[in-house]
Amino acid sequence: MTMLVTVSGPPSSGKTSIIIKTVSALRRDGLDAGVVKFDCLSTVDGGLYEKAGIQAAVGLSGNLCPDHFFASNVEESLAWGQQRGLPLVLVESAGLCNRCSPHIKGILAICVIDCLAGVSTPKKIGPMLKLADAVVISKGDIVSQAEREVMAFRTKQANPKASIIAVNGITGQGAGALALLIRQGAAPQASIHGSRLRFSMPMALCSYCLGETKLGEEFQRGYVRKVDWCKGNGVVGG
Amino acid sequence: MDEMLAKHPTLADFFRQIGIEDFATFASLEEVLRSYPESHFEHYGLDRATVRETFDAFVHRMEGLKDEAQAKVQSIVVLGGYDKSGREEVARIEFVPGEIVCVVGPTGSGKSRLLADIECLAQGDTPTGRRILVNGQAPDHCRRHSSEHKLVAQLSQNMNFVLDLSVGEFVALHAESRMLPDPVAATQLVVACANDLAGEKFVADTSVTQLSGGQSRALMIADTALLSPLPVVLIDEIENAGVDRKKALSLLVKGEKIVLMSTHDPLLALMGTRRMVIENGGIKRVLTTSDEERSHLSYLERWDRGVLRLRDVLRGGGRIEGREWECFEKAISSSN
Repeated sequence: MTMLVTVSGPPSSGKTSIIIKTVSALRRDGLDAGVVKFDCLSTVDGGLYEKAGIQAAVGLSGNLCPDHFFASNVEESLAWGQQRGLPLVLVESAGLCNRCSPHIKGILAICVIDCLAGVSTPKKIGPMLKLADAVVISKGDIVSQAEREVMAFRTKQANPKASIIAVNGITGQGAGALALLIRQGAAPQASIHGSRLRFSMPMALCSYCLGETKLGEEFQRGYVRKVDWCKGNGVVGG
Repeated sequence: MDEMLAKHPTLADFFRQIGIEDFATFASLEEVLRSYPESHFEHYGLDRATVRETFDAFVHRMEGLKDEAQAKVQSIVVLGGYDKSGREEVARIEFVPGEIVCVVGPTGSGKSRLLADIECLAQGDTPTGRRILVNGQAPDHCRRHSSEHKLVAQLSQNMNFVLDLSVGEFVALHAESRMLPDPVAATQLVVACANDLAGEKFVADTSVTQLSGGQSRALMIADTALLSPLPVVLIDEIENAGVDRKKALSLLVKGEKIVLMSTHDPLLALMGTRRMVIENGGIKRVLTTSDEERSHLSYLERWDRGVLRLRDVLRGGGRIEGREWECFEKAISSSN
């Protein structure tokens, strides 16, 4: 049984740095974790995870909608972690459009936003932030106290139910709190086959474009692309 | 709906962020939901059920924010851990509201680490092994781990304004987020106080990103002192900022805050009631500012004012010689 957590957020909000710091905090408490990174055209993050000694896999969506690509491959991300005997898999996806909706019902969902993106960011992001269980706010160390407080307030307005945690991806300040939230909030999953997304994805050209929210190969029609788990597009590190 | 809006003005933000401007014309949330097609909510990544749920949570949370009479902090205690060589440091230090305590020590000695330990209310889980008590007790999980229960505001040399707003708009934004009854008056007060601290004056229409280093530091200090609800303020090296340091500190402690300030500046160090000396990552000793030191402080202040005056002369195109220099010598040598 492996725990699954979805971590999403706008590009360059600090997801990878925060995951690296959080995994090292989890490891201090004896919980190992692997990361599956979904990205669009290219990524160097696989190398960053490898350097930090974290098992990681990378999936590149290429010319497909990255969000739909994510939904088509997240089930296998859990299987990837299970095969490796990892107790926890963090699935990192870049929210390339603010409408994307990568969170799954029953699976701990984290959204990362950063203070430099400005205080209207929480309003601008859709289900990725509004339906997350926890919102991590990064880069607070370089803006004023007022901006930190306004950012937290706006986030509460946009998602009144979420826990809000400030994490510094450079120093790791706050990563312990996020690690604790993951240990307390993530549940081991035998399978997420048939689990539902928290919200339908933005439309494109496949079965998910028509409002499909169920995971699993039989629900995927049209232009579906799978990660090649054996080749370079699949596994790095570990 | 009118009743709800009167009670929770921020509900307007709730509707605006889902593209509904005419919310005030409806009798209830249900009526609003009925008047807009499902596709309207889909556009914002929501459906009616989620809007309903979020609305309730929103009201609940905003009420919570209002009610939360800011947790009164009577004391913060640092229980010592270990320095970089594993030697035990000073065992116990207590801080109370209205007090200024300085943190001194060479660069790299661990001053920022101490401030970071206090900020995250460390419980033996940071490299120093320090533990922080609030009102004599270890803080609960909630307080440690969620941003909304934080106690500590921070001011440092590295912090900047990134919002592209005027000073007035910026402070108003902060005041609104505090849900203050009169945000306009609060804004005017902050701008006036910031001007009192800054060497060069500025108006509310100035863009925050155009403020000089000294002006933005002054605005941050005034805003933190008057608008931040947090009872502890950590200041990391603000000495070169061109603000009236004495006024800035008294503004902060007037709000019954605990002020901890890391500094290399003798003037600032002597303004503290006590100072912690950091060496090799540990708190080596805690010194109480002595009467003799305080008497030197007034001399240092005269000297500082003299230097500031020379600075003005220099900036005004004058020469530091003749009468100007005599003035300076006279100012610093005059007896108490």
